Amino acid sequence: MDSRLRSFPDVLLSVENISLSFGGVNALTDISFDIAKGEVRAIIGPNGAGKSSMLNCINGFYHPQHGAITYKGVRRNQMKPHEAAEQGIARTFQNIALFRGMSTLDNIMTGRNLRMKTGLLWQALHIGPARREEIEHRKAVERIIEFLEIQHIRKAPVGTLPYGLQKRVELGRALAAEPELLLLDEPMAGMNIEEKQDMCRFILDVNDEFGTTICLIEHDMSVVMDISDRVVVLDYGRKIGDGTPDEIKKNEAVITAYLGVGH
Amino acid sequence: MLGPFLETLIGGLLTGVLYSLVALGFVLIFKASGVFNFAQGAMVLFAALTVARLTDEIDGKALGLEHFVIAAAVLGAALALVGWYAWREYVARGSGPGERRRLALLAAGGALIGGVIAFAYGKGAWPLWVALAATASIMGLLAYAIERLVLRHLVNQEGIILFMATLGIANFLDGFGQTLWGSDIYTINLGLPKDPIFLFEGVFPGGLLIDPAELFAAGIAAVLVVVLAVFFQKTRVGRALRAVADDHAAAQSVGIPLNTIWLIVWTVAGLVALAAGVIWGAKLGVQFSISLIALKALPVLILGGFTSVPGAIIGGLIIGAGEKLSEIFLAPILVQAFDLAGGGIENWFAYMLALIFLLFRPQGLFGERIIERV
Repeated sequence: MDSRLRSFPDVLLSVENISLSFGGVNALTDISFDIAKGEVRAIIGPNGAGKSSMLNCINGFYHPQHGAITYKGVRRNQMKPHEAAEQGIARTFQNIALFRGMSTLDNIMTGRNLRMKTGLLWQALHIGPARREEIEHRKAVERIIEFLEIQHIRKAPVGTLPYGLQKRVELGRALAAEPELLLLDEPMAGMNIEEKQDMCRFILDVNDEFGTTICLIEHDMSVVMDISDRVVVLDYGRKIGDGTPDEIKKNEAVITAYLGVGH
Repeated sequence: MLGPFLETLIGGLLTGVLYSLVALGFVLIFKASGVFNFAQGAMVLFAALTVARLTDEIDGKALGLEHFVIAAAVLGAALALVGWYAWREYVARGSGPGERRRLALLAAGGALIGGVIAFAYGKGAWPLWVALAATASIMGLLAYAIERLVLRHLVNQEGIILFMATLGIANFLDGFGQTLWGSDIYTINLGLPKDPIFLFEGVFPGGLLIDPAELFAAGIAAVLVVVLAVFFQKTRVGRALRAVADDHAAAQSVGIPLNTIWLIVWTVAGLVALAAGVIWGAKLGVQFSISLIALKALPVLILGGFTSVPGAIIGGLIIGAGEKLSEIFLAPILVQAFDLAGGGIENWFAYMLALIFLLFRPQGLFGERIIERV
């Protein structure tokens, strides 16, 4: 697949002059970029470049000391992670963060959490609307399980699953929330080639079929160049490149960051 | 022989239900936050003290002015909290702007209602149902305070740190309850018949003697257990609770608000403590030693599994019946065989049983097995 030349007129999320530091360490310095509605946006960079910190800011785990994040036209201050989730931002984690004691089904079901509306009382009694709602959401979850081809591990406790499948379940949980913006932190780390190809296919399908905007961090350059529309490059917490995959391939600063000076 | 055996067994089972009630509080918090809440016993004592003191009128020594003021303030704040939570859950769904203002309005309204209630009953002994309702809201307020002042600052910390925090809360509550309500021994009168019931008088000579208070406790516990078990296994909130226990960050990322969840569990644990406190208090009198029954809940938890609501019940029943039976039937055998002084088996039987379980089935009867990929 060639880098896909598509156009995206609307900005979904924009990051303006973000700076984040922990004590004396500057994790991010004065970073600005935007994510357009419907695109696949990649964030790349060497280890420790601040990629995960960037995702954590978008998703509300970290609150940057300077700068602003505007999402769907609204400038957000000090947003909490669950509020980000309420507004349609879902994510996966670099080190898989699944609910290990639960089955695949229950894990994905937690992703539906925000879409369930019945009050506590009905739920405690487990009758009437609560029961109907549970069944309805169960159907949605089954569709996701089918989509990700994980029917065979539906009832398995996720703690026992191999790594690649756990990553897939985690993606399922994020999808279950029907997000507008999906943040993927190294979705293909530690996978073999076949698993990576499957994951690429899922990501592109999600983007094509549901129009979900995707922002992913990935180390595998061939994957990044294949599936993303635009790429941001970070190094030591600073932005050193931003553009289409073809532009990034030719960017001197990026090449220097990856291969060292005098390559 | 069968008659006394059955009588001991039933007596033991009914006492066991009371252990289960205490253990249930532990299980709730452990399931939902992975924390062993050492303060559960103190919460039982605190709830019992509050109910006892509010319904109490000894020799005209009714509530003093300071208690009246405290009751009005606490009740007001508690009502505000419940109102605010109900608003969030049923009306607004999720947080939004204007929340602080709404909260302030609700607090003012709640304080007004609290003031009226406290004024109406402040000078005399409160009727039991008013005292129970007031204590229930106070337990909710306590849960809010614990979440706001302690837990919120310890998100994503090690379990041992949270455990130490609950130790601190336990000691604080033990003292604070006595500061607030005094350290005398109080009684709680549930208005239950005091006379024992005799069953099957035709079948066994003398029949089987059963304490109605224990029967009542068993009924309460049964209802609580069924509701909680369904709540945890089958509902959105239950799943959210389990999710929080497994992974804080992941739970937040799917939109589960950690603070609200903790508030819910601690409130429910507080209500369970209230049930346990009232029943134990009615049985034994309200005194400091009630907080020590928390220690009896430990072997119950080891037997039943720390994460299982049904486990807490079965564990409690086994311990309750086991210790009574061993006292009555095992002790004489030991005395005969080894020429011992006998007695006291009741005090250590539960712990020995727990120890044996730890050796052969560390996750308990119903606990989740810990699966670790290496």
